Amino acid sequence: MVFSRYVEVGRVVLVNFGPDSGKLATIVDIVDQNKCLVDGPTTGVARQIIPYKRVALTDIKVEVGRGAKAAALKKAWAAAGAQDKWDSSSWAKKLNAKKTRKGLSDFQRFKVMVARKQKSQAVRKEMKKLKA
Amino acid sequence: MARSLVLTGGPKKAAKTAASAGKAARFYPADDVAVPKKSRQSKNATKTRASITAGSVVILLAGRFRGKRAVVLKVLESGLLLVSGPFKVNGVPLKRVNQTYVIATSTKVDVSKVSVPANVNDDYFKNTSKTNGKNEEEFFNTDRKAAVVSDQRKKDQKAVDTALLSAIKSTPMLKEYLSARFTLTKNDKPHEMIF
Repeated sequence: MVFSRYVEVGRVVLVNFGPDSGKLATIVDIVDQNKCLVDGPTTGVARQIIPYKRVALTDIKVEVGRGAKAAALKKAWAAAGAQDKWDSSSWAKKLNAKKTRKGLSDFQRFKVMVARKQKSQAVRKEMKKLKA
Repeated sequence: MARSLVLTGGPKKAAKTAASAGKAARFYPADDVAVPKKSRQSKNATKTRASITAGSVVILLAGRFRGKRAVVLKVLESGLLLVSGPFKVNGVPLKRVNQTYVIATSTKVDVSKVSVPANVNDDYFKNTSKTNGKNEEEFFNTDRKAAVVSDQRKKDQKAVDTALLSAIKSTPMLKEYLSARFTLTKNDKPHEMIF
């Protein structure tokens, strides 16, 4: 198995613990085998040292030097189109869908339930046709 | 020397007789009679939850209609909620419920055109059947008559529901929603849900 996501300077990570949970940040420096320095000037993550356990690596990378300042990172972030890349990823879409579902009211949940039933019914119908 | 009072009963009676004769009692009880403490608490008016207004859809949680959704028509004087299913949609009649036993949802039905008959108040729902089971014969009498819904109730139900139904029909899916029971399924966390 070959890895495709590495802990490296410029790697975009998703914070999944603490007050910044759910926000994107970029690795700016490696501290040791347990933690790194991240910064997210456009996503509202303050420059901080964070354990790897609290971040998830993404496929996105931006071109920054080691220990890059917030301004340089901002520029590189925009140049790489990191936010757009993230928004179009299925990972982000799933997270978004989860969030939307969570905010639904009782009536809206009922409507989703009915729509899901209709969808699976339509799928089953087509599948039957294909099998026949 | 003749006595003015002839004592025949106990000290209590003596005190009474003396009082009626306009004299101080010659006998009085040795022990003070315990008088129950008067409660100084007053019954406050029920505060209806802010999430419940006329037209709110609520989920009933107790009784034989538990899990059913119903529409709040108004808050009665006793603080209980007057709800209707409507009856035709999910079988919930015009009934009173305590707000403690409902989940208020954010769904609202326009009830501005629904007028609740004036006779539908707290007295309307009082239990009029006399049998309270104290009589032994009544208690063991198993062949009781089935409850009959009076024509007045049917009339009132119809009067409320016709207007309510037309309001419900204006929103798609709302009728189906009201006729469905509320249930929790796998991975549903009611404390994290928004209603």
